[in-house]
Amino acid sequence: MTQEQMTGARMVVEALKDQGVEVVFGYPGGAVLPIYDEIFQQNHIRHVLARHEQGAVHAAEGYARSTGKPGVCLVTSGPGATNAVTGLTDALMDSIPIVVLTGQVPTFMIGNDAFQEADTVGITRPCTKHNWLVKETDKLSETIHQAFHVAITGRPGPVLVDIPKDVQFANGGYTKPEDVTSHYAPQTKGDMEVIEALVEAIETAERPIVYSGGGVINSGVKASQLLRQLVDMTGFPITSTLMGLGAYPASGKSWLGMLGMHGLYEANLAMHDCDLMINIGARFDDRITGRVQDFSPGSVKAHIDIDPSSINKVIRVELPIIGDVSVVLEDLLKVWKSRGAKTNSAAVQDWWTQIEEWRKVDCLKYTQKGKTIKPQHALVRLEELTKDHPDRYICTEVGQHQMWAAQYLNFEDPNRWMTSGGLGTMGYGFPSSIGVQMAHPDGLVINVAGEASWLMNMQEMGTAVQFNLPVKQFILNNERLGMVRQWQELLHGERYSHSWSEALPDFVKLAEAFGAKGILIEHPDDLDEGIKEMLAYDGPVIVDCLVEKHENCFPMIPSGEPHNSMILGENVDTQTAIKEGGGVLV
Amino acid sequence: MSALKIKKGTSKHSAYDLRDHHEEMIERHTLAVMVDNEAGVLARVIGLFSGRGYNIESLTVAEVDHTGHRSRITVVTTGTPSVIEQIKAQLGRIVPVHEVHDLTTEGPSVERELALFKVSGKGDARVEALRLADIFRANVVDSTLDSFTFEVTGTSEKIDAFADLMWPLGLTEIARTGVVALSRGELAS
Repeated sequence: MTQEQMTGARMVVEALKDQGVEVVFGYPGGAVLPIYDEIFQQNHIRHVLARHEQGAVHAAEGYARSTGKPGVCLVTSGPGATNAVTGLTDALMDSIPIVVLTGQVPTFMIGNDAFQEADTVGITRPCTKHNWLVKETDKLSETIHQAFHVAITGRPGPVLVDIPKDVQFANGGYTKPEDVTSHYAPQTKGDMEVIEALVEAIETAERPIVYSGGGVINSGVKASQLLRQLVDMTGFPITSTLMGLGAYPASGKSWLGMLGMHGLYEANLAMHDCDLMINIGARFDDRITGRVQDFSPGSVKAHIDIDPSSINKVIRVELPIIGDVSVVLEDLLKVWKSRGAKTNSAAVQDWWTQIEEWRKVDCLKYTQKGKTIKPQHALVRLEELTKDHPDRYICTEVGQHQMWAAQYLNFEDPNRWMTSGGLGTMGYGFPSSIGVQMAHPDGLVINVAGEASWLMNMQEMGTAVQFNLPVKQFILNNERLGMVRQWQELLHGERYSHSWSEALPDFVKLAEAFGAKGILIEHPDDLDEGIKEMLAYDGPVIVDCLVEKHENCFPMIPSGEPHNSMILGENVDTQTAIKEGGGVLV
Repeated sequence: MSALKIKKGTSKHSAYDLRDHHEEMIERHTLAVMVDNEAGVLARVIGLFSGRGYNIESLTVAEVDHTGHRSRITVVTTGTPSVIEQIKAQLGRIVPVHEVHDLTTEGPSVERELALFKVSGKGDARVEALRLADIFRANVVDSTLDSFTFEVTGTSEKIDAFADLMWPLGLTEIARTGVVALSRGELAS
């Protein structure tokens, strides 16, 4: 087999091309100049110049989450790599496939504290699924192909390839993707014996619930279709984690809404009282379980997950099934149908009657009155005015607005919801929306933001304007770090230590300073008009929507409490809501 | 009353741990981890233990297959049964890890450790040290007029016992390799 000879820098571009990469998000610097020179001389791959490496990585995440394909980043050594660390950790926590290529000082200078040198593979080892330092040009293309394989195989995640500058300049043989073999092949097919046991449980359960998560999204569109089939055919109620929204449509008749700390009352109570819990691609995160000892005490639990380390990590389950969601669901449906597609329908009907009782509590109710916009109302209007768009994508930052977006916006399809779940990265949403818009030029991409989060990566306005990306920045501006403020109210005697911003910018002028459009919405009566103006504008736009400053995000499971101790919205005594002991939890 | 046939809390279908679950009991397990001998692989394993708060009692590593570039890491760890299960699962998902074997639960195994002891002394103590070394089948690998260096191989307990005896006789320094282990019988683990 003769390999084409080329420089390492050229190899990077060839390898990306062979991997089907269309867009790279990055930022140049000394140690990646040879690769940037190659990018300059070709037209296959578009490079999007971020304004900060963290922005580049979040943009790649947005690209990946909205397409199901790996996002790609290219940054320089030292500070370029260290700035990427937050994005890598975010992608690791949320299982997002991204490939980050970093420049490195030449091999003969590694370890000398050279200019812009950092131990990139050392620093990123705990925040990547895997990483590589390539010391020979001959191994570079093979390593990049391996990196893509690892990023998308099994539980997806971020990978990093560190490429010293001399390796980029030197010549070597190019290995094609089809000539690369890998031992890395996690199990995708579930244990049939356990699947059969789960089918039996499905046939007899009286109070079943499906609890789905981001694993369904990661498993691909087919997994969502199979999930819908399972839920619709069994008539079982379904709830979902923050990460899993859209796998089952919000308009579906079995939909209970999101569960967890700020999940819906009926979803959490159903989780607590069920007798069969079918966890599909979720990981019993602490935002979901509340107090672990009292988590769904009476249920038999099944857990479908591709990562064996997720099983029995937090909650012990009776029916663990290690495998890819779509493969397992296909087997599950096949077995269940072959046995007559039975359920204990009379009991399930009673279960629904109970759930409808809980639903009557109407846990998301709020009152919009007076001249101040309630943030919930702003989102309800946003939903109303955008829900019919055929190709809508929602990103969020992190905080109260994120939870309200999850509660009040409806997701009908997977890959339409980009939010930082595991790491909770403020500053995620805006760059993410840029990545989404790059992947879907004609899509409606809205970033629901809080002003504090948004400011963390506001430099990406430059990117949005340069590439004329019509991303809508819908900022719910309460002039507070809303979630921090809420916790200080609940837990720290209303001492609001450093949870407000003294010197916020004029967001309209800020937009204009970057050459974008700014819209200020101050009064409830102006909401619809402002949103319509935002939607009509073809270009990046910031909406500064001034909302109630002291609104709390409810319902809420107070930290340290079980699901059936939710506190509901209006008229809560916030000073006694969280007990001693709950305060030490986050 | 639930109509479910599966009893809550049963682990009949658990892919991992079929034993009764005693959450409080701390167990000591010897794990054999087969890895690609590539740069940073040991750091990944150690980083996993430190990052997730697991214990390492002993750790040995060396390349055992020079053509395939495979190393064998033997790690002795302690934890509750569920923590041990987590450790194995977490090790298993490190990309260059090929196999994880729990030699403590996968059947009988042999464990050995090698240690070097420097014992300095004169007169009766020196003679006594040599006599005890003979009982422990220790080899003398270096000697001066005032010291012996012994090499002892055995279980960790045997080496601990030898150390206890040598302290009063002038033990000045110990070097231990940490545990290596293999499953018993003709098959590879």
